[in-house]
Amino acid sequence: MSGQEFLKALPWVALLIAAVFVPFVAGPYWLSMATTMAMFVVLATSWALFSGPTHYISLATAAFFGVGTFVTGLGFQTLPFWMLPLIAAGLGGILAALVGMVTLRLSGVYFVIFTLGLAELVRQVVTWVQNQTGQRGMYVLTSITERDIYWMLLGLAALVYLAGWLIGRSKLGFALRIIGNDETVARHVGIDTALAKVALFTIPGMAAAAVGAMLAPRYIYIEPSTAFAPLLSFQVVIMALLGGTGRLWGPLAGVIPFTLLWEFITRQAPNQTLLLLGVVFLLIVYVLPGGFVGLWARIRRRFHQGGGA
Amino acid sequence: MFILITGLLLGGTYALIALGLNLQYGVARIMNLANGELLVAGGFAAFWAYTAAQVSPVAALVLVAPIAFVLNWLIYRIMLQPLVSRAKSRGALEVDSILATFGMSFALVGIMTALFGGGYFNYAYLAQPVDIFGSSYGQNRLVAFVLAAIIGLGLWLWLSYTRAGLRLRALAVNPSSARLVGIDTRAASALAFGLGGAVTAVGGALISMFFTLDASVGILFTMKALIIVIMGGVGDIRGTIVAAMILGICETAVARLIDPGLTLAAAYVLFLGVLLFRPQGLFGKKPT
Repeated sequence: MSGQEFLKALPWVALLIAAVFVPFVAGPYWLSMATTMAMFVVLATSWALFSGPTHYISLATAAFFGVGTFVTGLGFQTLPFWMLPLIAAGLGGILAALVGMVTLRLSGVYFVIFTLGLAELVRQVVTWVQNQTGQRGMYVLTSITERDIYWMLLGLAALVYLAGWLIGRSKLGFALRIIGNDETVARHVGIDTALAKVALFTIPGMAAAAVGAMLAPRYIYIEPSTAFAPLLSFQVVIMALLGGTGRLWGPLAGVIPFTLLWEFITRQAPNQTLLLLGVVFLLIVYVLPGGFVGLWARIRRRFHQGGGA
Repeated sequence: MFILITGLLLGGTYALIALGLNLQYGVARIMNLANGELLVAGGFAAFWAYTAAQVSPVAALVLVAPIAFVLNWLIYRIMLQPLVSRAKSRGALEVDSILATFGMSFALVGIMTALFGGGYFNYAYLAQPVDIFGSSYGQNRLVAFVLAAIIGLGLWLWLSYTRAGLRLRALAVNPSSARLVGIDTRAASALAFGLGGAVTAVGGALISMFFTLDASVGILFTMKALIIVIMGGVGDIRGTIVAAMILGICETAVARLIDPGLTLAAAYVLFLGVLLFRPQGLFGKKPT
């Protein structure tokens, strides 16, 4: 790391350290809020790592997340807790690779459609298996507190940022930027486009499954319809796009305001959350293409032009 | 035999819904993910007409179709055309239209929940049994199938033998060439989008005769319609109808023989097969 890069990274490291101390100052309400935000930061940032450069909209987050919660639900009594997110990440990565191998050779529409139903598909299968074995939901009673969950998620977030930063500097990141700009060109210069996309898609898969495994103790009771709630996938997409996928910090800029807004609407008008989701989707498409990152770039450009003239 | 006939009856309505989506995606090039919500809205309209005004759902179609057409035409003109004009490539348009129609879909669910509440709704119309080959089926299913078949046939004849239909088919094959032979692609796209919406809403009204709907169930129908369109091939009417029948039979078989909770899983197995072996659609040719 050169000196200049170190200086650039410094504010982010400082932010991370500040985030570590949140549980000591925040009350239960804000701690719970911070945990939710940390969760969405991991989900949205890892989502953007794949969908940002490739422009493939993945709606599979809920499926990976659900798989993760079930890993904890099934394993927390027999295995040490620290192993569960690792196992979940492994399974999430395998699931993502399988889905990617089937759909990522084809155009983006097939991918969206397939991932759209993936959570529902896994939920139906899990429910069916449970019915066959006569099991219903599961209780996850652990000694893990909200604080522990928050710190685990924060650590995961740091890992995701690190991964994103490393990918950005690597050959894979370069290849993906070319694919995103023009897939035909990418193929002509000898990039195995399908392989690169599948490899990258495993990252959100692993991250979301690990998040699910970490958050399972928070739910206490797990059943398929809550673990695989498809709404989660859409929340992640919207937060990432609201922030913008062009930069690593983009999703973070989307998560914070949207989580607060969502919380506000849920309390004031619980029936209108879907309408809110719809309106924000439309807002992003028509008013804010590129999200806050795009807006920031436009403002800076205007400022620079104004300053130069 | 029971499975086969029930599946075919169900497939008939699916075919109509998928034809609507195929018009919107195959001709107007808009991947409309709000399609299922439109279907539910059509179902709501039929429900409302029947319970509040004692109008039979069949008669309600006469109103549902034109309203849905105008509404969709306006949606295309006002909301989607700007996206089409600003898109640099087909891929960019796809991403934009997917996000925009997702937005519309959520907004519609929100509005419908506010208007009608979150509960399930159904009504009893022609709920008497009718015997075919020794098993009994609901009359309403039969009526829905016959109507779907008539509308589907009408649509096919219109597309095949009229000048306006020819224009839409030309647009489906190649938009830029269509412009070269003097087709107003914007008007034709809007027409196709409106028409597709009308067909879908009518399908929803038909489905509501024998299916319990609620405000948030639309996405499930969107999924099924998408799977049918991809299985049948984009822009291929014959393929769409065959695919819809296959899906109808498959779902019914799985629901009857294994578990009613696995219908989407059944649809997905089909989808997976198509993606792996025939991504160009059942009757599609491999791109050269």
